[in-house]
Amino acid sequence: MVAVKETVDQVKEIEVDQYKYGFVTDIEMDMAPKGLNEEIIGFISARKNEPEWMLEWRLDAYRRWLTMTEPNWAKVGYPPIDFQDLYYYAAPKSGKQGPKSLDEVDPELLRTYEKLGIPLNEQAVLAGVEGAKIAVDAIFDSVSVVTTFKEELARAGVIFCPLSEALQDHPELVRKYLGTVVPISDNYYSALNTAVFSEGSFVYIPPGVRCPMELSTYFRINEAQTGQFERTLIIADKGSYVSYLEGCTAPMRDENQLHAAVVELIALEDAEIKYSTVQNWYPGDAEGKGGIYNFVTKRGDCRGRNSKISWTQVETGSAITWKYPSCILRGDNSSGEFYSIAISNGMQQIDSGTKMIHLGKNTTSRIISKGISAGKSSNAYRGLVSAHRKASGARNFTQCDSLLIGDQCSAHTIPYIEAKNSSAVFEHEATTSKISDDQLFYCLQRGIGEEEAVALIVNGFCKEVLQQLPMEFAVEAQKLVGISLEGSVG
Amino acid sequence: MLVIKNLHVEVDGEPILRGLNLEVGTGEVHAIMGPNGSGKSTLSYILSGKEDYDITQGTVTYKGENLFDMSIDERAAAGIFLAFQYPIEIPGVAAMTFLKTALNAQRKMRGEEELSTPAFMKLIKEKTKALNIRPEMLRRSINVGFSGGEKKRFEILQMALLEPSLCILDETDSGLDIDALQVVAEGVNRLRSPERSMIVITHYQRLLNHIIPDKVHVLSHGRIVRSGGKELALELEENGYAEYEKPEVNAA
Repeated sequence: MVAVKETVDQVKEIEVDQYKYGFVTDIEMDMAPKGLNEEIIGFISARKNEPEWMLEWRLDAYRRWLTMTEPNWAKVGYPPIDFQDLYYYAAPKSGKQGPKSLDEVDPELLRTYEKLGIPLNEQAVLAGVEGAKIAVDAIFDSVSVVTTFKEELARAGVIFCPLSEALQDHPELVRKYLGTVVPISDNYYSALNTAVFSEGSFVYIPPGVRCPMELSTYFRINEAQTGQFERTLIIADKGSYVSYLEGCTAPMRDENQLHAAVVELIALEDAEIKYSTVQNWYPGDAEGKGGIYNFVTKRGDCRGRNSKISWTQVETGSAITWKYPSCILRGDNSSGEFYSIAISNGMQQIDSGTKMIHLGKNTTSRIISKGISAGKSSNAYRGLVSAHRKASGARNFTQCDSLLIGDQCSAHTIPYIEAKNSSAVFEHEATTSKISDDQLFYCLQRGIGEEEAVALIVNGFCKEVLQQLPMEFAVEAQKLVGISLEGSVG
Repeated sequence: MLVIKNLHVEVDGEPILRGLNLEVGTGEVHAIMGPNGSGKSTLSYILSGKEDYDITQGTVTYKGENLFDMSIDERAAAGIFLAFQYPIEIPGVAAMTFLKTALNAQRKMRGEEELSTPAFMKLIKEKTKALNIRPEMLRRSINVGFSGGEKKRFEILQMALLEPSLCILDETDSGLDIDALQVVAEGVNRLRSPERSMIVITHYQRLLNHIIPDKVHVLSHGRIVRSGGKELALELEENGYAEYEKPEVNAA
């Protein structure tokens, strides 16, 4: 089929420049020596001015990590990572540590975020942009650069700050919850993260409070050969609500960079956490050189009755994505949701999905996963839905759909269903389709260009998930979907 | 408007059109009738630019230009519209969104200003009313769950909206009952104008009772073997296509 060769040619031409966030910020950095050992961990902890128990926790994790072996069951392939060949701490040298106002931030950094379209200037946000305000915590390599709207949030009792700051100002809160959803020995990468994490966001919503604005953290990896290990902890106390957005980009480099994050969410009784991610890490070039390894552990604990956690993600970047945002449905009547669009193009590899663990009574979960593969990529959905012996009345609905574009890509679905309670009702539907030539022809015949037609059809395919995103993200996500599929039509 | 000279088309090495000649003047409505396998749909696909066909000989001139130099969407913007026999479903894409995207894509290609949403909504209201289409239908995904009649009416709505110069109606009457047929035919007739040409491809004469053609052609074994006025259609209804399928007729 002539189209196949054309697709391949077009994919090969996916200009590396199409990733428009690939620039590097030239700025003086304060870095730890290369490599990983107890001294480096001490260095990181000291730089952060952490309490003693924190350093001990890190060292414990590091020692545990040394005894673990790297897992290799995922449907992804990559050359071995030399963990000693990385910098584990890199921070912009300018400015002091701790909370800053915008005019204390290096202008070069501000320019970076402006280029990325991240609203750091509160006045600009209030003045210009229609729609809700968004508080932003901007994290550059290993440190938070600035957090906006903190006063306003504080008035509502909401704590939103970098984790390092929370360890100074609210150590008891952090100690109570950190590591309770993802314990040290959970897996190889979370253990590593626990040892070397440098920054992340901390959110605490007090009882009964509906967070007055969207909270957002924007992660930017800049320095070469650094691993990014961020740690985020979000606690929604009884009856509270928060919507949180996570965005990420990175420069284009020839070497791969490791991003091993851990996100822990805790929802107490009657509370709700909505966590959205638009991930656009550098995916590597058309030959598969470079790109971020995105190995992430994200887990939500619906601790209280009637609590609710929902994960919404649009994953378009990364050379390799390996993540399963999950929900532990502990509280009775709790519910978990997972909405995902995972797009792979070029030589990307994705092994992603979710785990819904039903423990309490009458718990519900909902999974809508849309995988789109193009180019020579590989896209696997791996999901686990399980009901504990005592989880009576557990209900799940899963829909995983795959869309293939072109003839060189692949899509896989690997569902695990474990129902140990006889009253559990689990539904699973899966479809695999191609964008049919007839559909494309129909659009073309009406005057719609090829790339616009693919974007139209793919957005239709992803509609259900896009509708879950907060409005500001939804528009950006739609455009991102279109861009990440440029040149993929076959 | 359209001049087809000695067109030969193959699919996978099989000849389908074998020296087709046709001239359609501006403002004229031509009917093309023929038995199954004569190449009627192939003709409509060739004109709209579908791939998978090998043009081995012949030329097609559209508004004085070589049609084969134009891509599918370029032809659309230049005013060619194909009303499909089996309109395809596109799940998740709302009909309304599709219409706006198409109209503005064509306007952009022609260097015209794109329509704003309010202007577009006004236009849609006007066009749907005439075709008896409820606005709610346009919130649904394209053709998903549409009845046969609804699908065909949606095709005509697109035609009314995009205002093409050359409309190719590929067996528009297939799958329609009498009432649906009348609504569709009325919609088509409303679009007749001295600036617009139409090629109505059909099996059956009955559509031509409602859409009265200026000329009728018989397509058999990939060529036009007879042309005449509207009475020819009645003759075909009476006698069928057998006469035209005879080998002598197709030898030349």
